[in-house]
Amino acid sequence: MTTNRPGSPLFLARRSYRFRRLMDAVRLLPVLALAFWLVPLLWPVPDQASDPAVTTSHALRYIFGVWLGMIVLGVFLWRRTARQIARENQS
Amino acid sequence: MVSLNQLIAVCLLYVVGLFAVAFAAERAAVKGRGDWLLRSPLVYTLSLSIYCTGWTFYGAVGYAARSGLEYVTIYLGPSLVMIGWWWLLRRLVRIGRSHRVTSVADLISSRYGKSNLLAILVTVMAVIGVTPYIALQLQSVTLSLSIFAAPPNLTGGAGDPINTAQAAFWVAVGLGLFTVLFGTRNLNVNERHHGVVIAIAVEAIVKLLALIAVGIFVVWGLAGGVTEAMAQIDRSDIGTWQVDGGRWATLTLLAAAALICLPRMFQVLVVENDDERHLQIASWAFPLYLMMMSLFVVPIAVVGLDLLPEGSNPDLFVLSLPLSQGQNNLAMLAFLGGFSSATSMVIVATLALSTMVSNHIVMPIWLAFGQGTVQQSGDVRHVVILSRRLSILFIIALGYFYYRASGGSGALAAIGTISFGGVAQFLPVLLGGVFWRGATRTGAVFGLCIGFSVWVFTMLLPSFGPDGALSAQTFEQGLWGLAWLRPEAMFGVSGLDPTVHAVVWSLSLNTLAFIFGSLVSFPSPVERLQGAQFVNIFDHSSPTRGWTASEAGTEDLMIMAQRILGPVEAQAFFRAQAQLQEKAEGLPEPTPRFVQALERELAASVGAATAHAMVAQLVGGTSVSVRDLLAVADESAQMLEYSSQLEIKSRELSDTAEKLRSANDKLTQLSHQKDSFLSQISHELRTPMTSIRSFSEILRDAEALSPEEKTRYASIIHSETIRLTRLLDDLLGLSVLENGAVTLNRQKGALRGVLDLAVTTAQAANTRTIKIIRNPADEDVMLETDLDRLAQVFINLITNAQKYCVSDTPELGINVMLQGDQVAIDFIDNGSGIEVASRALIFEKFARVPGQGGEGAGLGLAICREIITRLQGNITYLPDAQGTGFRVTLPAVPRSGASDNIDAAASA
Repeated sequence: MTTNRPGSPLFLARRSYRFRRLMDAVRLLPVLALAFWLVPLLWPVPDQASDPAVTTSHALRYIFGVWLGMIVLGVFLWRRTARQIARENQS
Repeated sequence: MVSLNQLIAVCLLYVVGLFAVAFAAERAAVKGRGDWLLRSPLVYTLSLSIYCTGWTFYGAVGYAARSGLEYVTIYLGPSLVMIGWWWLLRRLVRIGRSHRVTSVADLISSRYGKSNLLAILVTVMAVIGVTPYIALQLQSVTLSLSIFAAPPNLTGGAGDPINTAQAAFWVAVGLGLFTVLFGTRNLNVNERHHGVVIAIAVEAIVKLLALIAVGIFVVWGLAGGVTEAMAQIDRSDIGTWQVDGGRWATLTLLAAAALICLPRMFQVLVVENDDERHLQIASWAFPLYLMMMSLFVVPIAVVGLDLLPEGSNPDLFVLSLPLSQGQNNLAMLAFLGGFSSATSMVIVATLALSTMVSNHIVMPIWLAFGQGTVQQSGDVRHVVILSRRLSILFIIALGYFYYRASGGSGALAAIGTISFGGVAQFLPVLLGGVFWRGATRTGAVFGLCIGFSVWVFTMLLPSFGPDGALSAQTFEQGLWGLAWLRPEAMFGVSGLDPTVHAVVWSLSLNTLAFIFGSLVSFPSPVERLQGAQFVNIFDHSSPTRGWTASEAGTEDLMIMAQRILGPVEAQAFFRAQAQLQEKAEGLPEPTPRFVQALERELAASVGAATAHAMVAQLVGGTSVSVRDLLAVADESAQMLEYSSQLEIKSRELSDTAEKLRSANDKLTQLSHQKDSFLSQISHELRTPMTSIRSFSEILRDAEALSPEEKTRYASIIHSETIRLTRLLDDLLGLSVLENGAVTLNRQKGALRGVLDLAVTTAQAANTRTIKIIRNPADEDVMLETDLDRLAQVFINLITNAQKYCVSDTPELGINVMLQGDQVAIDFIDNGSGIEVASRALIFEKFARVPGQGGEGAGLGLAICREIITRLQGNITYLPDAQGTGFRVTLPAVPRSGASDNIDAAASA
């Protein structure tokens, strides 16, 4: 209500600012996913049974957890940006 | 136990169902219904699922049983690409749409100057790379059939051993039939294959449901819940993380590259996309699909290893687990899932490859031979469709023969990886083409050839085993005995995993050759243009390259378009183009823009390079205009445009300022004029008033005045009042003229009559005589104007000459000249002329030339100008005349019928 007062362009500016930051997030999401999925490179690969090892159930939870997280973030970003992206494509 | 016949019956029923769905979708699309489904993001996402083939469906479990979690990289790579849709896929989809790209080969050829060489290269590479993959699908279907024929837990083999070769043959025939039927319905590749896409979407759901159903059965039915399943996983042989880091990264990269480069993925991702918005939805929905597809792989593998007898093929755990537990319906569903995965992949892969083969190999050859002169009439569509259908059959046959030749051996996953490695060779050229303007055709050819050769040598040939395609000696000592050319230890780098070794070497040498070739070569103008358009696809989506189309008759183009697009479509297209050119009827002009649009339209049917070649046959050649070249030099083009805009703006500004300045000057001048007008008019009124007052006072007050004196004074008063009246009359007249409130009494008349009248009147009214020189022959001009007003102007001009000509023998020449439809009348005396400084003002009110005598109020010329302006004429001072000269210009009436009106004018 109050943001629609004449002489207060704050609302619009804030919205387009928010949109631009969301687009930054859209761009950076694959970088984040890549970083998370490269973490297994750091896990030890045991040569003998006595060596410290990451269990497969743990690895499964980690990889699929990251996967699900990326999907949820993707849905969130899609909900927030899709309309504006379509509008900018048209203009 | 399900009998093989039962299974085949269900399978046939399923296929019939698929045909029905595809057919219904085609019907709905033709009638324009069902767009909510056919063009929905859901169907788009599901159609992407052809990434998950039979290899994925069966092979992933086998992969997991052999090497633990490594299988997941095959899904992580594509997920990464999809999540990063903004970077690459968005560009590819936009390029695909705006350049009407038909395949990955078309995209690469189009980017590098519509080079057919590149198109052929990519097509051949794709066929070689994908054929094992198609064979793999046939293998997975026959393998799954055979397990029903000889179930693993029934010793003694109750079922008949299946003839795998025959089964594979019939599967191949069925797939070929389906693809021919629904994949070649429309020629325009950019139009969606609704039947195929819907059938694939249905198959995507079936395979996902099947795998999840088996997964749920395994986790909750066999393992006893999630916790127990996890515990069982950790207890199993693959219970610890054992993935080699290099393989993890390499396979992820390979799978990511495959998602973009596989012809079938390019087909569904780019070519069949008809709404860019769907891409963002798919960016999370497709990873979700992949995640669900891979969720139960490890539990199935672990439980399979646990329950099934030693030596069972882990590639078939998805089927054999339910079968061994007596879950026949579940096994049947799993079989349908696997069947779906295999068939949908083969259909789309064949479709994509056949488009490439037909557009880039068959059509150019057909064009090159006599048949292909495009000026011929006759429908060429059947040729294109036929070539596409033959290509489909050819590719499926190739897959079948590869399957027979390879004997259906080898783990599924290994063949899939090799195929991925082959198509991944497109990646550097593709990425370079989309992001790097400097990438050239030469570089692309270098990169592709080297990358592909290294792939063949390090990945494809070794896959046939030692002493298969390569001799054991080559493995040991290198090609031709060169130690640095060992297929699994290139350049002496040994000890690497063979896959990592092959991928790293092929992709890095490919990229190096591509970059080096691009750096040292020089691109053709068309290539640079295409490069600029591809790289800056979001800046200028509209193409700028033009044809020199003047030579091309529109009729020729029409004939050619009809042959490829079909008469109705071609005519509709030409009509639309004619309307764009604002031509009410007939064919459009062969403008560069039109030819460009036509080429695009043709490209959608036969590919960019072929369409280009066909148009070139008619049109002669492309012209790259200066503007296009500026578009290539994008930055400079923008700057030029910007600066020229600035220039225009600043010119407009200075023009406006100039106008404002002159308007201001005029206003100031007018203000001065108004002031001087007021003072002049008071002065003019005051002078006669003063003399009237003084003489009337004398008449009133003086006692002794002789009658003569009285008469003299009274006549002075009289003449002063006359002068006053005349002044007021003039002022009134001028004011009426200036307000435009004057009514003109238009009539036809001869100029000579008007001049006669004016000369007579002026001489009668004035004492001072002037010799008037006329040339009556010239004066025979008819006018249609207010003759009385015109006479008034002439009288004024003649009177002025009488009054102000300073010559001893004053003369006034009146010359009449016809100038086109204008008649000019010059009044030139032999006086001294008017000084330059005064010339600008003589037509203003109360303007009197300084130093001249006379009693005029200075209104005469002002009135003249007003009258002449009203008569649509013009009066000017003649600066070059000997003495004082004025020119009156008036519109003349054509001579015809002039004589009739002379009498009328004379009497007027």
